[in-house]
Amino acid sequence: MKLSSSFMAGSEAAARNRAAHLDALAQIREAADMAAAGGGAAALERHLSRGKIAPRERVAGLLDPGSPFLEVGATAAHGMYDGAAPCAGVIAGIGRVHGQEVMVVANDATVKGGTYYPMTVKKHLRAQEIAEECALPCIYLVDSGGANLPNQDEVFPDRDHFGRIFYNQARMSAKGIPQIAVVMGSCTAGGAYVPAMSDVTIIVREQGTIFLAGPPLVKAATGEVVTAEDLGGGDVHTRLSGVADYLADNDAHALALARRAVSHLNRRKPQSVVWESPEEPAYDPEEILGVVPADLRTPYDIREVIARLVDGSRFDEFKPRFGETIVTGFAHVKGCPVGIIANNGVLFSEAAQKAAHFIELCSQRGTPLVFLQNITGFMVGRKYENEGIARHGAKMVTAVATTNVPKITMLVGGSFGAGNYGMAGRAYGPRFLWTWPNSRISVMGGEQAAGVLATVRREGIERKGGTWSPEEEAEFKRPTIEMFERQSHPLYASARLWDDGIVDPRKSRDVLALSLSASLCAPIEPTRFGVFRM
Amino acid sequence: MFRKILIANRGEIAARVIKTARKLGVATVAVYSEADAGAAHVCLADEAIAIGGPAPKDSYLRGDAIIQAALDTGAEAIHPGYGFLSENPDFVDAVEAAGLVFIGPSASAIRAMGLKDAAKALMSKAGVPVVPGYHGDNQDPEHLSGAADSIGYPVLIKAVAGGGGKGMRMVEHPSAFMAALKSAQGEAQTAFGNAAVLIEKFVEKPRHIEVQVFGDGSHAVHLFERDCSLQRRHQKVIEEAPAPGMTEEMRAAMGQAAVRAAEAIGYKGAGTVEFIVDGSEGLRPDRFWFMEMNTRLQVEHPVTEAITGIDLVEWQLRVASGESLPCAQSDLSITGHAFEARLYAEDVPAGFLPATGTLSHLRFADGCRADTGVRAGDTISPWYDPMIAKIITHGPTRGAALAQLTRALEETEVAGTVTNLSFLGALARHAGFAAGDVDTGLIGREIDALTAEGAVPPAVEALAVIAAAGLENGQGAGFSLWAPLRRPVPFEPVAVVEVEAPGRITVEIEGRRHLCERRADGWWVDGAKTGARFHTDAAAITVFTDRAWRFERVDPLASAGAETATDLTLAPMPGLVKAVFVTAGQEVAAGTPLAIMEAMKMEHTMLAARDGVVAEVLVTEGAQVEAGAALIRLEEEEA
Repeated sequence: MKLSSSFMAGSEAAARNRAAHLDALAQIREAADMAAAGGGAAALERHLSRGKIAPRERVAGLLDPGSPFLEVGATAAHGMYDGAAPCAGVIAGIGRVHGQEVMVVANDATVKGGTYYPMTVKKHLRAQEIAEECALPCIYLVDSGGANLPNQDEVFPDRDHFGRIFYNQARMSAKGIPQIAVVMGSCTAGGAYVPAMSDVTIIVREQGTIFLAGPPLVKAATGEVVTAEDLGGGDVHTRLSGVADYLADNDAHALALARRAVSHLNRRKPQSVVWESPEEPAYDPEEILGVVPADLRTPYDIREVIARLVDGSRFDEFKPRFGETIVTGFAHVKGCPVGIIANNGVLFSEAAQKAAHFIELCSQRGTPLVFLQNITGFMVGRKYENEGIARHGAKMVTAVATTNVPKITMLVGGSFGAGNYGMAGRAYGPRFLWTWPNSRISVMGGEQAAGVLATVRREGIERKGGTWSPEEEAEFKRPTIEMFERQSHPLYASARLWDDGIVDPRKSRDVLALSLSASLCAPIEPTRFGVFRM
Repeated sequence: MFRKILIANRGEIAARVIKTARKLGVATVAVYSEADAGAAHVCLADEAIAIGGPAPKDSYLRGDAIIQAALDTGAEAIHPGYGFLSENPDFVDAVEAAGLVFIGPSASAIRAMGLKDAAKALMSKAGVPVVPGYHGDNQDPEHLSGAADSIGYPVLIKAVAGGGGKGMRMVEHPSAFMAALKSAQGEAQTAFGNAAVLIEKFVEKPRHIEVQVFGDGSHAVHLFERDCSLQRRHQKVIEEAPAPGMTEEMRAAMGQAAVRAAEAIGYKGAGTVEFIVDGSEGLRPDRFWFMEMNTRLQVEHPVTEAITGIDLVEWQLRVASGESLPCAQSDLSITGHAFEARLYAEDVPAGFLPATGTLSHLRFADGCRADTGVRAGDTISPWYDPMIAKIITHGPTRGAALAQLTRALEETEVAGTVTNLSFLGALARHAGFAAGDVDTGLIGREIDALTAEGAVPPAVEALAVIAAAGLENGQGAGFSLWAPLRRPVPFEPVAVVEVEAPGRITVEIEGRRHLCERRADGWWVDGAKTGARFHTDAAAITVFTDRAWRFERVDPLASAGAETATDLTLAPMPGLVKAVFVTAGQEVAAGTPLAIMEAMKMEHTMLAARDGVVAEVLVTEGAQVEAGAALIRLEEEEA
């Protein structure tokens, strides 16, 4: 039951792997630090000079001291908009307030006045999606000028644009998921609906403002000259308009009032699973960096990773002798029971059937699923197509798509092609999807893609009687390979919120545990599977 | 031996007496005031009787009620403790008249020692050296002034009926005599109802050394001396036994004088003969003089118990129940050295003002004797002496005992009230005191150094921040994906914590950063072990290191700018102004009715939102006004 490791910590390979992972981590850390710095020192100085608390400190001040903070989209918009929107201008994540898990969405006014870029909208909506699926109370720390006007076509009109924020608030409120807004700065135009649509709203005196149109627009429209404070300041909204409920003296007071509001929510976390006492793995998670090969193409036993993630390194492997390229089994992560599905090679028909079987088991039992994804795809070739690998793959995909137990996906290596679907990729609605710095994601490998394109090209040239030298072919393939390399990088993926963030592999256990705990704030609904192609 | 006794006292001394009584198999009855219903001495006693209100005159000074309580409970004897009725001869008479035993000296012995001048005359006659002075009845200022001249300046004017420094004046020069006399007499009259004073030689570098005596009515022994020179305004602070620098010759001389004093008045029970000693040239047998005799058990009796191994309360009970002296002078000897420090709820920076409060936490050091009448959760009320405990240590040498005292004070933990602990600690560490170079002026001369507050050590402040965040027990893993979160903590000054792992926290205060780590042996700050302990409650955080550091909590919910009352009084709804009570220029206090409005069949009284002056009345009676209409305007407040 307890996994045994054959990893040799002192080996040269281990040292090489570790060095490569540390390099990759340094790159991610740098990106994360840039995102955390928001709009930079000068903008922060201006922000602080107004008596405001720094955006990240607002988030921290809202949470319990020592609370974990599971940040979502920590490097969102990285490298986009010419670097104009670090962290997409909004901080989002899960932490605890009075011991309850909540989703915090905090505008960073040091980033272009907290205005909404397309990625800002996407991140805000993703945070709300997580909150809705996990039934987490939402606390919005609002300090935003509203839509980023130069990008209005990409933030206003579509289904998943700005308006969806308020739609989500209304829908969540209807489901009994508390919506609390703390107005610590501007809330203009559409943004005014964040506090207005909240169940409870706190506003900071002589700092927070809520109005559909700010003083300049009012003057332009009607000629009325009015100060922001008289138009929609804290005093006005708590005394006259009733748009806000509590008047705070300053940021710190507002956060304390928000904490008090959470203390009165009267909610209880459902007890969906049987928790065990948490236990550290028998093998040090630190060793993951040495265990996992630096090169994605080098095969290794995924059980070495599992041994460093689960309690006591204990793993009840299910069907160990069948469909061996996928590893399935039961374990605990910090006391939470989980079913683990992990790739250990290319997917064959048996492996797909085994995974589908295992998902049925976990769904039957209400056991959350953890996917450790490292997949180049399903096996190709006549033998496999003829035996119906697509049919077996479809079973796995159907099971993944229709199960109602929480799914957490951790991208620990490659994520290519249909393997991404079967292993609960983003389209399959895992509650959380995290990636490792060494992971790569694309429809296929860059070499393969370039090879496909080159084959088509060669056929075309040769059909016309032409010739194509190997040098010409290499030159032709290079841009494709480079594009795939760039676009499959986790920073590129995470910037676009194809995932919820990049994590330090050594912290995977914590991330999984926090993801599971948040997921279990919502009751697990019974599963009704679709038709399995038999 | 008695079967049952009543203790006519409270606090630590009541608890102390009960302890010995229990050891001897004697049942105990406590008496208590309304303020002491749940007090420690009530809990410790076998029975307890309520005797009245919290003020001492309504309870602990009510001899009749106490005697009745003894009769009602079948107690055979009454132990008076110290203070209250312990030296009241009328009470002794009343106790005896009720057929009960007073555990202490006879009324006549108390009376004999009660008036200081008479006592001195008596002692002088018995061959006990007394300070040169005038103790006569002639209170004519000219006569007293002449007496002072013949004694020789500097002199001391003291109230005949005095105590505790009241009605006492030191005069250095004849020119100041008359004014000092007048003020001393006035104070004596107020305090004791008796303006009579005596004049004494003022002793240079005086030391207060007292001898514990014990008599059985005919014979007496002494249990050696105590040095109580460490006094602040005549209040003893730290006492010790034996006296530093004491010689066998001088000890014998003082002991014999004390025994003579006790036997002269047929003393029965525990008593103390106080001497003033001229320490300017070391201790010399011809330089001690009788001051007064305290006809009761002293607060500082434990140091004598420590060095003699004798339980003085046990002796009191045995002698009062009719036994003769439990041992002879030759059986008594001194072992080692002992100290006692008096721990009070006192606001030292405010000038040693008595403090009150609920002891949310109370812990004494291991290895010391702590005589206390309070427990954690008890309240130090304004009604009584704010003593928390007496910390007593005993060691083979003076140095060892003092080191133990220092350590015991460092390890004493009190939260919920301010205390004089750090003052005691500073005193215990004082170089002159350590060298045994003591006199009654030491504290007065060194008071600034002894009460210097000292800056809060940065490590202590960092740990207080951690406690303010509620992380002092290593709670909170503080997980984050990348850089740790910087969390502002409600604290003064503003502080930020970064939790990196459970029990691994960086604290930032005013630009200083401290790495705090919780290890198996407690918190380490910046690589140094602190040994700090914590007590937290709703009001404050106390960090205990070598002393207690108290930090008031900052309530993040407290609104700084509570609604600033506006100048205008507005109509809350549409209605009719029925009455206006004020006119322009009129001063109003917050809550003063300004006007009455009738609306929705109800009358609404408009009240002044703040203190101020009416600037303008904007409506007339009978006017119909809209909601929000201004009714009364107050003059703007000056900033």
